[in-house]
Amino acid sequence: MTDLMTPPEAEAAPAPAAAPAPKMTARGVNVFYGNKQAIDNVSIDVFREDVTAFIGPSGCGKSTFLRTLNRMNDTVATARVEGDIRLDGEDIYDRSMDVVQLRARVGMVFQKPNPFPKSIFENVAYGPRIHGLAENKAEMDTIVERSLKRAGLWDEVKDRLTDSGTALSGGQQQRLCIARAIAVDPEVILMDEPCSALDPIATAKIEELIHELRGRYAIVIVTHNMQQAARVSQRTAFFHLGSIVEYGDTSGIFTNPRETRTKDYITGRYG
Amino acid sequence: MIKADISGPVDPTPTNWAGEAMQRRIRKRYGAERRFKLLGLSAVLLSVGFLAFLLISMLGNGLRGFTAAEVKLDVNWQQTGFTIDRAALAGPDAEAALRAADFEGAVRQAAILQYGEDGPDLFSGVARLRLRDAVGDDPSVLDRPLTIWLPASSALDQAVKTDGSEKAERAYETLRSQDAIRTGINWTFLTGSDATDPTAVGIWGAFKGSLLTMMVTLLLAFPIGVLSAVYLEEYAPRNRWTDMIEVSINNLAAVPSIIFGLLGLAIFLNFMHLPRSAPIVGGLTLALMTMPVIVIASRNAIKAVPPSIRDAALGVGASRIQVVFHHVLPLALPGILTGTIIGMARALGETAPLLMIGMRAFVASPPEGLTAPASALPVQIFLWSDEVERGFVEKTSAAIIVLLVFLLAMNAVAIYLRNKFEKRW
Repeated sequence: MTDLMTPPEAEAAPAPAAAPAPKMTARGVNVFYGNKQAIDNVSIDVFREDVTAFIGPSGCGKSTFLRTLNRMNDTVATARVEGDIRLDGEDIYDRSMDVVQLRARVGMVFQKPNPFPKSIFENVAYGPRIHGLAENKAEMDTIVERSLKRAGLWDEVKDRLTDSGTALSGGQQQRLCIARAIAVDPEVILMDEPCSALDPIATAKIEELIHELRGRYAIVIVTHNMQQAARVSQRTAFFHLGSIVEYGDTSGIFTNPRETRTKDYITGRYG
Repeated sequence: MIKADISGPVDPTPTNWAGEAMQRRIRKRYGAERRFKLLGLSAVLLSVGFLAFLLISMLGNGLRGFTAAEVKLDVNWQQTGFTIDRAALAGPDAEAALRAADFEGAVRQAAILQYGEDGPDLFSGVARLRLRDAVGDDPSVLDRPLTIWLPASSALDQAVKTDGSEKAERAYETLRSQDAIRTGINWTFLTGSDATDPTAVGIWGAFKGSLLTMMVTLLLAFPIGVLSAVYLEEYAPRNRWTDMIEVSINNLAAVPSIIFGLLGLAIFLNFMHLPRSAPIVGGLTLALMTMPVIVIASRNAIKAVPPSIRDAALGVGASRIQVVFHHVLPLALPGILTGTIIGMARALGETAPLLMIGMRAFVASPPEGLTAPASALPVQIFLWSDEVERGFVEKTSAAIIVLLVFLLAMNAVAIYLRNKFEKRW
């Protein structure tokens, strides 16, 4: 484990110059809740090698947009999504797209840690079990161990896998949720303000974890904390009033924003 | 930027927190609090008092119903002139031989011989059955004079337990001096069915009827109610139709039970021609009545499951049915069970709808199955409370005790299950 005091951003590579094919693309996305438009013509590319951060003031639609990327908005009866969102070139809102499989491929970590009220083992094993990823008990054990190790939780829980997941501390619960998302071997992980309910030490651990997961999974993180965005991401999108004001390399956004609104937000003039 | 504005008109005098007026207000506030607490406490005491009164009077009357007075009778078979086909008793026709024999006459003659002209009045009408059972169990008792304890008549039974007619009291005194009377557990009451003689009645028939009825009710109302709740909460779109269904269900839960009885009468008996007085019809009718209660309770329990758990399950790619059956229902189960207890408890105590579908018939044997004529505990209580004979008073109370014990047992099981499934998140 690396020293917690060293911010991961120190080694963060600049965004790749010649970008490969994007993992996910969104073109002209509009989201409506009833008659209210929450997202207005958003287009963005998400790359596998990068951590992409969405920043912006409360209610600007960044979480809403995040939830369109794995169709979690389907559960909201009044929500309507327009536009084109593709995962590896496949339209995820197409009829032929199986939403259950999509959500396995595009995993999600929520704002509040939400482990199932089941054992730690069951929390991680649930996803692989419903997708039939393990042939037998031994394979399942392997998946659970690997996922917990990747989430940096294994050493803390390996002796009490049968304890309830809800008995862990907040930070551990959130890493358990990350392990749960990892367990189904997703291609993209969406994180909706994963640290907003955590203390600074737990936050540092999650950030370190995000840093280590980068490259293996495309990661999209929504955050209110601009330092966090600067620390963990390579690309940053600034949302305001339902649309993207500016999207680019994190270093560029934070040191040399093109738009005055971005600059005002980053320097704390509003939000 | 937000700017706090603390200018504006300045208070003429600063608030005097220690002043007389403020102290008075504080005293008044505490006074109000004390009065409210006192009121609440007296309300609780009053309700506890009512409950205690109910239980004490019920137990005081009812416990006597579980005992019966018995009178000693010496049966000298030769003197009573009793005859029976001894050869048949050993064979397969034993039952017929026993039925043919005049045990009633035997009891009467033996009683006259032992206790004089009024002797037969001391014994209950079921005394002959007891004697017959004794002979059936062991025919060798016919070889020699037999001494047997037989149930006392209702009048004597009353005299033993409380106070009876003058004649019965005198008989009781005489018998006691001869050590020829005792009180024992009334097994007939625990194993028998309805009868016209209060010393011969039993609760088992009604108990079994209630048991079968509740079984039908639970098997129908629970799954249908829970599945309706799941559909309405998790699947149904919110529109005018579902609003209407919701209103209808809420109203159904408040419909008087006798109306469900009329419905059952019209549909199950007159239209579907199911057998009258049968537990299956009772169960169907009570299921109609219980279902709305279960639906409402289940919907509330399902609503109370935190959405974050649904998100979590959907987020790892669970389908909706997996979300419901793996996560939502297990977490909602305690609440669902609570609603089911309430509904079933109400159904168990329900009399009116059962009267409408004919379960008030006189049924002298326990129901053999779901379609056999049966009674139910509350109906049996209602019927016995209507009887004029004094012996039925204690039987009514005893039946109430049985009903309450049934109810408590049912609730205990449900509470045990609820605690077992209760989980924190």
